[in-house]
Amino acid sequence: MRLRAHLSRHAIFIALAVECVVVGLTTDTFFTAANLSNVLRQNAFIAMLAAGMTFVILTGGIDLSVGSIVGLSGVVCADLLSRHVAMAPAVAAGVTVGLAVGIANGVAVTRLRIPAFVVTLASMLMVRGAAFKYTDARTITGLPDAFAALSGGAAAAIAMVLVFLLSWVVLVRTAFGRHVHAVGGNRQAAWLSGVRVERVELLVYAVCGLAAGLAGVMVASRLSAGYPRAGEYYELDAIAAVVVGGTSLFGGRGSIWGTLAGAFFIGILNNALNLFHVSTYDQLIVKGAVLVVATSLDRWREG
Amino acid sequence: MRLQARGLTKAYGSITVLDEVSVEVEAGEVRALLGENGAGKSTLIKALSGAVTPDRGVVYLEGTPLPVSDPLAVRRRGVSVVYQEFTLVPHLTVTENIFLGREVGRPLLNTSDMRRQAQGVLDDLGIAVPAGAMVRDLSVAHQQMVEIARALVTEASVLVLDEPSATLSNVEVDTLFRVIRRLRDRGLAIIYVSHRLDEIFAIADSVTVLRDGRHVITAPVSAFTRDSLIRHMVGRDLTEEFPARDVRPGDVALRVRALAAEPRCSAVTLDVHAGEIVGLAGLVGAGRTSAALAMVGALRATGIVEVDGVRRQFRSPSDAIAHGLAYVTEDRKGQGLFAALSVDENITMTHLRSFARAGWLSRAAARRVAAEAVRDFDIRTATLSQPAGTLSGGNQQKTLVARYLVRPPRVLILDEPTRGVDVGARAEIYRTMNRLTTLGLGILMISSDLPEVIGMADRIVVMRGGRTVGEVGRADATPERVMALAAAG
Repeated sequence: MRLRAHLSRHAIFIALAVECVVVGLTTDTFFTAANLSNVLRQNAFIAMLAAGMTFVILTGGIDLSVGSIVGLSGVVCADLLSRHVAMAPAVAAGVTVGLAVGIANGVAVTRLRIPAFVVTLASMLMVRGAAFKYTDARTITGLPDAFAALSGGAAAAIAMVLVFLLSWVVLVRTAFGRHVHAVGGNRQAAWLSGVRVERVELLVYAVCGLAAGLAGVMVASRLSAGYPRAGEYYELDAIAAVVVGGTSLFGGRGSIWGTLAGAFFIGILNNALNLFHVSTYDQLIVKGAVLVVATSLDRWREG
Repeated sequence: MRLQARGLTKAYGSITVLDEVSVEVEAGEVRALLGENGAGKSTLIKALSGAVTPDRGVVYLEGTPLPVSDPLAVRRRGVSVVYQEFTLVPHLTVTENIFLGREVGRPLLNTSDMRRQAQGVLDDLGIAVPAGAMVRDLSVAHQQMVEIARALVTEASVLVLDEPSATLSNVEVDTLFRVIRRLRDRGLAIIYVSHRLDEIFAIADSVTVLRDGRHVITAPVSAFTRDSLIRHMVGRDLTEEFPARDVRPGDVALRVRALAAEPRCSAVTLDVHAGEIVGLAGLVGAGRTSAALAMVGALRATGIVEVDGVRRQFRSPSDAIAHGLAYVTEDRKGQGLFAALSVDENITMTHLRSFARAGWLSRAAARRVAAEAVRDFDIRTATLSQPAGTLSGGNQQKTLVARYLVRPPRVLILDEPTRGVDVGARAEIYRTMNRLTTLGLGILMISSDLPEVIGMADRIVVMRGGRTVGEVGRADATPERVMALAAAG
């Protein structure tokens, strides 16, 4: 039993290591600096979203709006830059858009008592619509080079690592983090224990929105453009990363490092399938299958 | 006066659940709070702890009013409640649970300090639980102790225990009582809610009885007898707690040999004859429920199960029901009733297909059968369409049993049939059981309530550590004999 518990707790890390070894042995190109930094850069944004998503899913919630937030915060930031607003306020505005949507989600979930799935499905649609409306469905280009440098080199990876370190400290070493686990583990118990359950729930959506806003700005920087379609389907990738990383969709149980490993497990899988020249369609099928296997591992862990 | 509640009143819609209730508890006193289900006990303690906002009335602690509808603030003032449904988070450790909602250290937690304090309280109470253990790995009894430890870590001055013994075995209850006495001697005021009258006399200094939301009487425990307590609770005399019955056992209806579902039970052997009530006794964790689940195919098991002499290997509960063996769960709310569905839908759920022609459900036929069951089992419900979750505990239990008797099985397994059921409804459930045996059913009754097992069963099979370890006949059944088997080393 102990072995099984241990194995399953670290299953995603073992899987990630095995994956790296297998892909490394079967291709010449995987363990090259160019490919690895490519993998890092491609997945840093999804990983950031997944970090925020981990907070929400730990409480037993879900946030479908993060992909749309990436789009809106990116175009807002790009638009301000194209109007020659200085970089710091433009970036701050983009991030704030994400935070604001997150808070709105949290308020709707806690005050209107609408299920999170519905609330964030609605805001996914509305925020995406807002991004299109804001730009008249056009792409905003001609941004300063300094903005592109925000995500250049190792910047994206460093930002991602910082997001994860911060998330880890908050989740493991603060009362708020403890309360996040408690709300997902047993909502009623948390409430009776004096945990401000609704505040915790509101805050996790705010955190998730904030992470999405940050990722949105980074994505815009990477594209060096404000593209209203940016971040489409990212919410699904982020949720997949969290689930593959071992966090229970019912809440209460999971870890931020599992999420990081989950994000890169999927990222490296994509990378390997590309290196093997597997078609995009087959890639989707493989990704889906991996999700099923990972979730069944989760059931197995529960015994 | 440590705690004083004055004129507490609470109504939900047109139903008044608390009506001008005033209670006073002194420091160093264990006050039993008694009443049938629906008497207002739960609402009263929730009002005391700030979890329910009373319409009228005030609660004073040492003469100052407590805040309303703010459980956290009330607890910070020293009033802690251990609820019947545990309020622990399974995936957190003991320490994390004990300090939930009052973590030490901002912004970064001081984990070592919390752990040391938690272990200190556990050791102080004489509870052998490591503070770093995951709560979900603990026994129910230990979880309860963690709940109490949690109340003490914040220097509680009033401790409210809501039916703390409901899920404990006798040995564990003794441990609980030792802890309660220790706390009383330290000067805590303790309010103890229980359905078990024996316990009241063992632990309480004084008793408050509620009935229909009203205060009936408060007096020292020495002023009561068992019978007078029951009279105060139900407002009338109960003829007999355990109705007498003619036992005419027939052939063996259920024969179980060397049944095992590792690791939860390993060697279960017993017989149930037609028309017989067999009690299955044992401590919590002895594997009684697992044995029952293994019999009906809800757990993967090895061994022999025969119903009416035919050997069966049930693949699922529905398979077992189809062949005459039905199991009624101990977890009425969690695994038994569909709380949101109506009484008739609940009753007809198991045998729904008998009301269908070519897949088309005859609602009328189903309701007819349900109406019959409601009459037979004397289920008190306004209409057949009333949601089952709104019935009282006793009527919920009767509804649940009725479900399996739409097509009477040969043997009915009842798991803790009177848990959380008040005294009046208990007697009705006992009468129902007796009536079923006269129809030739065999009943296997799992119960942690010793007087109940001894009062009702024709034979008592005792389990310990996953095995059946002995049998006691009705004639020589005493609590001591059963406990000796259940708790022997």
